[in-house]
Amino acid sequence: MKNIIVCIKQVPDTDKVQINRETNTLIREGVPSIINPFDENALEAALQLKEKFGARVIVVSMGPPQVKDALRQAVAMGADEVVLASDRSFAGADTWATSYTLAQAIKEIENYDLIICGKQAIDGDTAQVGPGIAEFLDIPQITFAQEIGYEENRLKVKRVIENGYEEIETELPAVVTVTKEINEPRYPSLKGKMKAKSAEITVWDTEDLEADENKTGLNGSPTKVVKIFTPPVKASNEIFTGDPSETAAKLAGKLKELKI
Amino acid sequence: MDYQLTEEQIMIRDLARQISEEKVKPVRSELDEKGNFPWEIMKLFSEADLCGLYIPEQYGGFGGGGLEFCLATEEISRVCGGVGVTFAASALGSYPILLFGNEEQKKQYLPDIAAGTKLAAFGLTEADAGSDASAMKTRAVLDGNHYILNGTKQWITNGGEAEIYTVIAMTNPEKGSRGATAFIVEKGTPGFSFGKKEDKMGIRASATRELIFEDCRIPKENVLGRTGLGFIVALKTLDSTRPGIAAQALGIAQGALDESIEYARTRIQFGKPIITFQSLQHMLADMAIQVEAARSFIYSVARAIDSGNIKDYSKVSAMIKTFASDMAMKVTTDAVQILAGYGYMKEYPVEKMMRDAKITQIYEGTNQIQRNVIASGLIKEAASKKR
Repeated sequence: MKNIIVCIKQVPDTDKVQINRETNTLIREGVPSIINPFDENALEAALQLKEKFGARVIVVSMGPPQVKDALRQAVAMGADEVVLASDRSFAGADTWATSYTLAQAIKEIENYDLIICGKQAIDGDTAQVGPGIAEFLDIPQITFAQEIGYEENRLKVKRVIENGYEEIETELPAVVTVTKEINEPRYPSLKGKMKAKSAEITVWDTEDLEADENKTGLNGSPTKVVKIFTPPVKASNEIFTGDPSETAAKLAGKLKELKI
Repeated sequence: MDYQLTEEQIMIRDLARQISEEKVKPVRSELDEKGNFPWEIMKLFSEADLCGLYIPEQYGGFGGGGLEFCLATEEISRVCGGVGVTFAASALGSYPILLFGNEEQKKQYLPDIAAGTKLAAFGLTEADAGSDASAMKTRAVLDGNHYILNGTKQWITNGGEAEIYTVIAMTNPEKGSRGATAFIVEKGTPGFSFGKKEDKMGIRASATRELIFEDCRIPKENVLGRTGLGFIVALKTLDSTRPGIAAQALGIAQGALDESIEYARTRIQFGKPIITFQSLQHMLADMAIQVEAARSFIYSVARAIDSGNIKDYSKVSAMIKTFASDMAMKVTTDAVQILAGYGYMKEYPVEKMMRDAKITQIYEGTNQIQRNVIASGLIKEAASKKR
């Protein structure tokens, strides 16, 4: 393989996010940002392919300048090159506009064989950007991969489905989105961290990407978030008490009744 | 406290802390119970470039010094003293090569140790030669281009797991302390085997075994320094690695203090958290004073050694090892007292910390021997003063 592109998103560290009880919104101020965990799996998958078959791993992201921190971490983990698509006009993008912008960035990188994304971001949870990129580039896509194999210029992917997995083969280039099960992302190494400090981060704006301004950012987004709210918790539990064998029988009966 | 660490030193500390918190903490109790060697964790340290902190860049290391090594050892030991010593003992095995090895020996052995693909171990102690190392019975006899080694080394940390061993043996018993020589012995050399694995009170994740030499032939090129220099190699090595044991003790104590504060804030008795009681506050304050005093002492000695400005650092390295290990024993004992009944139970981590702390007063020279070293330093200094 020549080039493997990994798309990452910088997200708030949800372990450390607190909720404003009055407005029911996330308090984002002062919350550290991390690489979306599924995207770390994507990067790890790319690095493992690189180690096995040889390739350059190029990490691409879209966002404001502070996303450079996430890209530096990608370098610390072992990325060879990092690119940030950043322009004021990219702000407020929905998944369609984000996919378009990332696809434009990928088009600028020649000779890519494989694009790997996390299956979804932990903040938006849409799982749409990976497939969106494949559509804009008009190449095959395989989502929810738990294993990526590569043989004779073809990709062999195990795709997670309920109760098992599918084995799918495709030619390259292709887009693959990965699940958590695929691997355990490595720690950045000290030497990687040293390299990351001085790593050069390529920044591309609308002009560099030859992007259509009507397709990026808020302008180019066909969908709008109307409202964010916390649904009321539906407490519908039933507690069985008494003799263990009796309660177990009751519980089993109830589960049967509910067809679980 | 701000110790004015460099950006690199902070990176090392934070990376060691992250791996320890995320990967060591969840398994430390199981490692302790089963006495399993932490290979998976050592692999993580190796991949993160933490194994060669003190090894020069030209041999594949990070090119740092004792302070960098202490920072990592402290953070690992804060979570598990057993994993901490496994990490530190590889340095004990490689310092003889670093300090006395010739260019070929350094080139051959240090890069693997720096990469973490091979562990090192140091063989000095024997059944009848503990504090009195000169009573050792292991013999090395020259036979053509080889030395033939016979004898048994005891309580060797990383024994059986390490690939590279630096071993001290008598080459000329009549000369006493000038009759010992240091050798590099590789695992797998015919005649070199391992005895029983010890069942220990603490640091149970670490491997402690006998090294058995039966007509083990070692090439002459594996002599470190030159013949007769064995005890100098051992003493200089220990001078350089004692700060690591001090850092291990410091880490264990810090871990116990962390647990104590956390517990005292959440444990309710008489209707309020026990941390509101003055008797407990004073205990915690005393623990914190001791821990911080040890840390500033260790860091400043490590810095002084790294600067290269002091030639003889036996006294100060003995001082920090003694101070930090006595401190760790006291602080971990108090931590068990603060957690009281819970502290005595294996369900909570402080009883393990107390068991782990004890060894730091014993190995790499008991604290009684350390005090001898310190006193002889004082006497030497006084004698050399101009009147």
